[in-house]
Amino acid sequence: MAETTFTIDEMPIPFTPGQTILEAAKAAGIYIPHLCYHPELKAHGGCKMCTVLVNGRPQTACTQKAAAGQEVDVDTPELNAMRRTLVQMLFIEGNHFCPGCEKSGACQLQALGYEYEMLTPHFVELYPERKVDASHPDVLIEFNRCVLCELCVRASRDIDHKEVFGIAGRGRDAHLVVNSPTGKLGDSALAVTDRAVQVCPVGAIIVKRVGFAAAPIGERIYDKSPISAEVDVNESSEAR
Amino acid sequence: MPTADPVVSAIAEKYRNNPTYVLQILRETQEALDWISPETVETVAAQLKIPRTRVQSVLQFYSFLYDKPRGRYRILFADNITDRMAGNIALFEHMLSRLKLKRGEVSSDGQVSVDLTSDTGMCDQGPAMLVNNRAIPRLTMRRIDEICALVKERVPLEEWPADYFRVEDNIRRRETLLTSIAPGVALDAAIARGRQGMLDEIKRSNVRGRGGAGFPMGTKWEGARNAPGAERYIVCNADEGEPGTFKDRVLLNSFSVRVLEGMAIAGYATGATKGFIYLRGEYKHLQAKLQREIDEMRASGRLGASIRGAPGFDFDIEIHMGAGGYICGEGTAMVESLEGKPGRPRVRPPSMVQVGYRGKPTVVDNVESLAHATEIAVEGGAHFAKRGTRFSTGTKLLSISGDCERPGVYEYQFGVTIGRVLEDCGAKAISAVQIGGASGVLLTPDDFSRRIAFEDVPTAGAFMVFGPDRDIFEVARNFAQFFAHESCGFCTPCRVGTTVQRNIMEKIAEGRGSRYEINELKRVVAFMQRTSHCGLGETAGNAVRDALSKFRPAFERRLRAKDFEPAIDLERALEPARRITGRDDAEAHLETES
Repeated sequence: MAETTFTIDEMPIPFTPGQTILEAAKAAGIYIPHLCYHPELKAHGGCKMCTVLVNGRPQTACTQKAAAGQEVDVDTPELNAMRRTLVQMLFIEGNHFCPGCEKSGACQLQALGYEYEMLTPHFVELYPERKVDASHPDVLIEFNRCVLCELCVRASRDIDHKEVFGIAGRGRDAHLVVNSPTGKLGDSALAVTDRAVQVCPVGAIIVKRVGFAAAPIGERIYDKSPISAEVDVNESSEAR
Repeated sequence: MPTADPVVSAIAEKYRNNPTYVLQILRETQEALDWISPETVETVAAQLKIPRTRVQSVLQFYSFLYDKPRGRYRILFADNITDRMAGNIALFEHMLSRLKLKRGEVSSDGQVSVDLTSDTGMCDQGPAMLVNNRAIPRLTMRRIDEICALVKERVPLEEWPADYFRVEDNIRRRETLLTSIAPGVALDAAIARGRQGMLDEIKRSNVRGRGGAGFPMGTKWEGARNAPGAERYIVCNADEGEPGTFKDRVLLNSFSVRVLEGMAIAGYATGATKGFIYLRGEYKHLQAKLQREIDEMRASGRLGASIRGAPGFDFDIEIHMGAGGYICGEGTAMVESLEGKPGRPRVRPPSMVQVGYRGKPTVVDNVESLAHATEIAVEGGAHFAKRGTRFSTGTKLLSISGDCERPGVYEYQFGVTIGRVLEDCGAKAISAVQIGGASGVLLTPDDFSRRIAFEDVPTAGAFMVFGPDRDIFEVARNFAQFFAHESCGFCTPCRVGTTVQRNIMEKIAEGRGSRYEINELKRVVAFMQRTSHCGLGETAGNAVRDALSKFRPAFERRLRAKDFEPAIDLERALEPARRITGRDDAEAHLETES
C-alpha cells in the first residue's frame, strides 16, 4: 500500500481511491482555491480557480481524480498570477461594488481578490445591464453579482429537489434564469431555507432584512482569517 | 397549464414527448411559428414534463432559435472573412437600406429581419446568406434586389426560384475518397472481414481523425468496443463549423453512400446499433436528401436488422439537426446537444468511448473519417496506409477559398506541400494562408514548403488564401469577433477572455490602441490557451497571436504613438455634461490632439 500518495508542491499527500485532488488536498490541510466547487454537490469545473498543474498539465483539481505518483503544483507564482487574472475577469464581467455589497467580508470572490493580491480590476469593465429581482418576500437576487458558478442551480436541483434555477444564454449572454411562469423569483418554489439560497459564494442571492447586520466590519468572516485558511471546514461563508 | 398549441403538441408527439429531442422540437416549432414565444416555452415544458428553465436554456443557447419575433423571413448574411473579402458587408448594407431596416431589427409589418451570422460553409461560393436556415450562395447586388422584391411581395420561400438555392460541389481534385462506390460494396467487404477483422484493418490503416485532432480512429473504436455495457452509439460529426471549411458538405451531398455505410461499418466493428448524424443547421438543404437515402438504405437492407443478411448486424441512423453553435463541433458538446441540452463541453475524463451519449460508450467521428472506413473495408488497412505519410496515412480533403482562381474541394495525399496546393488552386502573389480555420495557423511564404500532415501542419481542411492587398489585421479581427460570439460561456477564461480579446481588437481598429494593447493581447491569448476548458478557448487567440507575430505592421500602423491610451474617450465622455449645461464653447472641450 505504498502507492497511495501523490505530491502537492513536492509534499507527499495521502488519498483514498476516487478522491479528487481538491478533496485529498483539503483533507490534508492544503488549500486549493475554488469558487464553483462545493463538497455537497457534483463538481462543475467551470470557474477554473482550482486549476493546478498535474504532471505539468493544467487541470481542475475539483474534477481530476488523485492518482498515485502524480506530481501536482498548486502554490506557484505562475498559477497564482493566473488565479488573479481569473478573479479580475469575474470582477469586470459583472458589476461588483464591494463597499456597497451586503456580502462584503463574507464574499468568496472578494476574499479571493485579497488572497491573490488583486489591487485593480486590470481589464476594462464590461458594465453589463442587469436587473435586480426583489419579487420574493424573503430572498433577493442581485444578478449584477452573479459569477455563473451554478451552485444554486445544482443545490436546488440535487438537494432541494425543486430545480428553481437554470443557466440560459451563450457566452457572455449566459445568465441565471428562474423557473417560474413570470421568470420572477417571487413566483417560484424557492424558500428562504433552501440550500440553493445558502450556497451562493457571492452577493447574488441574499436573504432580505439581514443585510449588513450579519457582522460589523472587523468581525466578518474574512476579516478574521483569509479564505486560504478554509481547508477543513465546510464553506464557512455560507448563509450570511 | 397553458392551452396546448396544436402545432406544438403535434411536433412533440412526433418525438414521443421525449425531452432528449427538445432541440429538434424547438427547431421544428420555429419553422411552423417563426419564433418561440414564452407561451410556446410553457407548452413545450408542460408537454415534455421538464422545467421551463431547461427549455429556455436550449432556446437561448443556439443562434438560430429566437425567443423574440424576427419576422417571417429571417435573413442572416454569412460573415466569415472570406464573405467579407467577397463584399458581403456592402450587400448587407444595401439590403438593410432597401428594406429600410437596421441590423437585427424586425420590419414594422413584422415580415423580415436582416442580421449577420458566423461562417455558413459556403466560402467557395460566397457571399452567402441563410433565409430561414436555407442557404443562398453567390450573392450579387442584383440578387439582393430580387430577394428584397420577393420579401416585399411576401412570396413564400418555397416559391422562390430554385436556382437561388443551388449549392455547387466545386470538386477540383480527386484521389481515392472522392470517387463513387456502389451501394453495399463496402458493407459486404466489412462483413467478409468480420467484426474483429474490420477493427483490425482500421487499426492497421493508422487512419487518424479528420476533424483536426488526429486521434487514431482504430484506438477510439476499440475503446468503445471494449467498454462495458451492451448499448453503444456512433455519432457522425457533420457540424463543420470551423470558418473556411466546407468539404463535409460535399461528402454529404455527393458521397453519402460512403458516409452512411462508413457509419454502419463503425457500428459493426464496435457493436453499436444506433448512429446519429449531427448535421449543422446551416446545412438544412441537405437534410431531406440524406433522409431519403437513409430510408432507401433501410428499404434495401443496408440499414436495419441483419444488414446484408449478416445475422446480428443491426444498425440504424437518425439525423439530428444543429441550430447554430460552433461549439457543438466539439465531441462532448455535440453529445450534450444530442441529449437535448445546450452544447457545453463536458468535463473529461471520462472519455466519450466510456461515457458518451446518455452515459453509454460513444464514438464521435468526423464525416470524412467515417467515409474513409469504406475505403479501408474494401482495400484493407495496409493498402490504405500506402497513401500519405507514415504518421498521416491516406488522403485529406482541403476546403480552399479566398484569393485564388479555383476555390473548392481538393483531395490530396497527406504530405502535400502548401506551395503545391497554392499552385493548383491558382493562387498567385500570396501574402498568407490561414490553415485550419479560425482556430488554425496563419502561414506566410516562408512556410510554403511545409506539408499538410499531422506531424507538420495539421488541419481539418480549411485553407483560406489571402492576397497581397489583404489587411491581415482585419482577418484577425474577424476571427476575434467570431470567438467572442461562439464561446459557450461555461468557463471563465474563454467566456470573458474572448470578449476582452475582441474589445482590444476593436479599440485598435478605432485607432485608439497603443503598445500596451499589443502586449495585453499577447497576455490574454496565452492565458486563454493555458486555462480554458476546451479547444475553443485554447485556440481562440491563435489567429491574433499569429497575425501579431507575422504581420505586426498591420497592427502598428493603427496605433497611437504612445505607451498607453485610456479605454474611454475623454472628449466623448464630456458630452453629457455639455448637453446638460448647454455649453459648446472651446472651454467645454478638451484640447484636441495635434
